[in-house]
This record gives sequence, C-alpha cells and structure tokens, in this order.
Amino acid sequence: MGNERYELNKNLAQMLKGGVIMDVTTPEQAKIAEAAGACAVMALERIPADIRAAGGVSRMSDPKMIKGIQEAVSIPVMAKCRIGHFVEAQILEAIEIDYIDESEVLSPADDVYHIDKKQFKVPFVCGARDLGEALRRISEGASMIRTKGEPGTGDVVQAVRHMRAMNSEIRRVQSLREDELNEAAKKLQVPVDLLAYVHEHGKLPVVNFAAGGVATPADAALMMQLGAEGVFVGSGIFKSGDPAKRAAAIVQAVTNYQDAKLIAELSTDLGEAMVGINEQEIELLMAERGK
Amino acid sequence: MTVAILALQGSFAEHAAMLDKLCVEHFEIRQKKDLDRHFDRLILPGGESTVMGKLLLDSGMMEPIRQKILDGMPVFGTCAGLILLAEQVEDGECHLGTMQIRAKRNAYGRQLGSFYTEEEFQGIGTVPMTFIRAPYIDEVWGDAKVLAEVDGKIVAARQGKQLVTAFHPELTDSLQIHQYFLDM
Repeated sequence: MGNERYELNKNLAQMLKGGVIMDVTTPEQAKIAEAAGACAVMALERIPADIRAAGGVSRMSDPKMIKGIQEAVSIPVMAKCRIGHFVEAQILEAIEIDYIDESEVLSPADDVYHIDKKQFKVPFVCGARDLGEALRRISEGASMIRTKGEPGTGDVVQAVRHMRAMNSEIRRVQSLREDELNEAAKKLQVPVDLLAYVHEHGKLPVVNFAAGGVATPADAALMMQLGAEGVFVGSGIFKSGDPAKRAAAIVQAVTNYQDAKLIAELSTDLGEAMVGINEQEIELLMAERGK
Repeated sequence: MTVAILALQGSFAEHAAMLDKLCVEHFEIRQKKDLDRHFDRLILPGGESTVMGKLLLDSGMMEPIRQKILDGMPVFGTCAGLILLAEQVEDGECHLGTMQIRAKRNAYGRQLGSFYTEEEFQGIGTVPMTFIRAPYIDEVWGDAKVLAEVDGKIVAARQGKQLVTAFHPELTDSLQIHQYFLDM
C-alpha cells in the first residue's frame, strides 16, 4: 500500500466523522439504517449479542450476504474479519468492501500477529483499549481506530473506560519533554514517530470512534462528550423494540451531543432498549482479544 | 467576514481548519437556531449526503437554508455538499436543489476507486484534488459553468454565488479554492 492510498483511506474515515455506523445483518436492516441516517453500515451475519448467545467459533460473513447489503445501500459498507486472518481480509478486498474491521468480536485466527494491513489497498479499522494498542494497530496500517468496548452487552462501561484511558494517556504524552519520548515509546511498545505525532498534535493520527455497548442516544452523546469522533452501534439498534426510531434518535444525538434538552426529547418513548448484560455477568471478554 | 459551516456530519472540522489558516471567522451550524446568527457565507462539507439531507429535514433547516441560497448567500459545497446543492441527483434524492447541475453519486465506485490527482481549475491553475467515494457532475445547464474536469468528467462548477467541487479541497494543503470562494 502506497502512502497516497493510506492517505485516501484515512480521508474516508474523516468523512464518516460525526456519524453513526450501524451493524446490520440483512439488506432490509441496511435500508432501515440508511434511512435513519447511518453514515455507514457494518455487514455481519450475526450481531455481537447473538454471537455471544450462540457461542462457538465466529467467522467472516458469507460474501453473498455482504454483497446483498452493498447492493441495497449507497453509503459505505464495512465488514469484519477475524484478527490475524489475512485471507478473510483478502476476500473482503476482492468484493470491494469499503472498510475492513479486524475485529475482536469474531474468534481470533492468530493469537500473536495482527494482519499486516499495509499489504492491502482497502482501509482497516481496529479496536483499541488504550493508546498503546491504538498506535500498534496504526503502525500495522490501520487507518481508523475505535474503542473495543464490550460488544453485544449493551453495557457502555468498557467503551467509556477505553476512551478515557486513551485520552488521558494522550494528555500525558503531550506533557512529556521531547527527550522523554523514546523511553515512553519503549514502555508503550509503539513506534516513536507515531508517539511524536501524538505529542505534537494531542490526538491520534487517525480518526477515533467509540464502539461496544452503546445502546441509547445518551450513551452515544456520552461517548462524543468524552472525545469520540463518531459512534459504532452494534446490537443496540436491531435488538431494541423500535429499531428505526432508536437509530434515528442516536444519529441526532451524535450530531447534537451537547444539547441535553434535545437528547431528552430524543430519549422519550423509544420503546424497549436491548436487554443488556452487565460486565460482571459475562464469561467471554471480547476486549481481551488481540493486544 | 463570518463563514457558517454546516456541521451535521462529515468534514466540517477540516473546513474550519482551512478558514483558520486564512484568518477568517467561522462557526458551526447544527440546529435551526444557529441560523439566527449572522453569517456572510456558507460551507456544506463532505460526508454522507443521505445523512446530511435527513438531518436538514428533521431539524427544519432545509427550507431556510434553501431560501438563503436563493436570496444570494454565497455557498460552497464539497462532495456531499455538491450533491445537496444539485437540482438533479442520478439514482438519488434532490435536497436543496438550488444549482443547475446533475450529480452522479459514488460515480467512481467504492473506496478502491478513491484517488488523488492534480488538475487545472479555471481561474486558479493546477490544484490538488482528493476524491473520496466521490460524485461527479453529469451535466450543467442554465447559468451553471464548468470550472474543472478530470478525464472528461466535470468535477467543479459555479453558478452565480454557488460553488461546488466533487473533490475535497479541505483535505489538501492548498488554500486556493477556499480563497476563491471567499473572493466570490
């Protein structure tokens, strides 16, 4: 992947900013998401809550299903491959996916190496719990980062923890003297040039979204106020009572994340939210996959 | 001079950064009440036109903004902003529809079709152009004039005080097109 291609891929993430990316499993859901104002959709066979319930190994979706969604909507379509499974990524590139999510939601295919994303022309988004993970993924070629959160739970606590961790580390790096960066890079196990970027600009060199456990307009606005540049909503929409209404409300809450009065209106009469599982009740911590 | 930037979704912060470099005052428009503030120019950024179109309708801003443009407010639309201004959109909805152009959405295909090039822009010279899942303009008519073409496709046009580009000047280091808009 040339530098120019990498810039174009970072640029696409910039165009998604301030928007909501929604998990969908069928062309019908994709159309509902697009009509509700999603800036992109994530095509997958099962949403994280169902992956959690079903157990077993979860893999990349059937390309036929992904193509059906590509044909149904005009907004960008993303899809997930397993961590380290570069052949699944090659397949997704072959069907011209707009963004690949190398995702801990699926079962990891490699417990040591992530995909060498620089070998690909299509862009990658990766999950991260802290600054070190984020910069390692970027050095592998990711052109967008999201918090890992804890997918499929409807519990926002982990996304909050990850976003706070990342931003407080960024502030700490900013406060370092320049001659302290090498040592800091060593400790974080990240390339020093990326850390130098963070030191100078006070932000990641790529767009950073929130993901994992976002279920309500208030959750989405919370993540935005904590510094997310946009939001992924997975199980939260199509596991709720009125998906179209909830999706539209979350989109508006992300644009107007500082207007409490409007978010109060948006939160009214939304029907049932997804049931949700507390952090302490889950056996499988997906966020622990791929560091 | 004060420039308002539609900040519903997309690359509004990038446009703001360009205006900062040009030392021009600006503010964001997210809700109808923001339209009450005084502004002399309006920027419609890149992003997803379906999202912005929906939020313009939901927030009740579509009509007031259309009226301002028809009353002569200078406006600059990049990529999705171009689609918002187009009177006709192939396989898509018309939004503000104030400019006599027909836009073709996702005209270069998916992300693998995104590209960078440098081409002539009438009245400026060669400028860098970043196309991200970009549209192009199929046809212009009436008072709309072509300002730039890439491989025979129209990628920039102007009609009176309305300026559109299919590419993203806000993603490059060149301030020329923003300056052109401010001078319009």
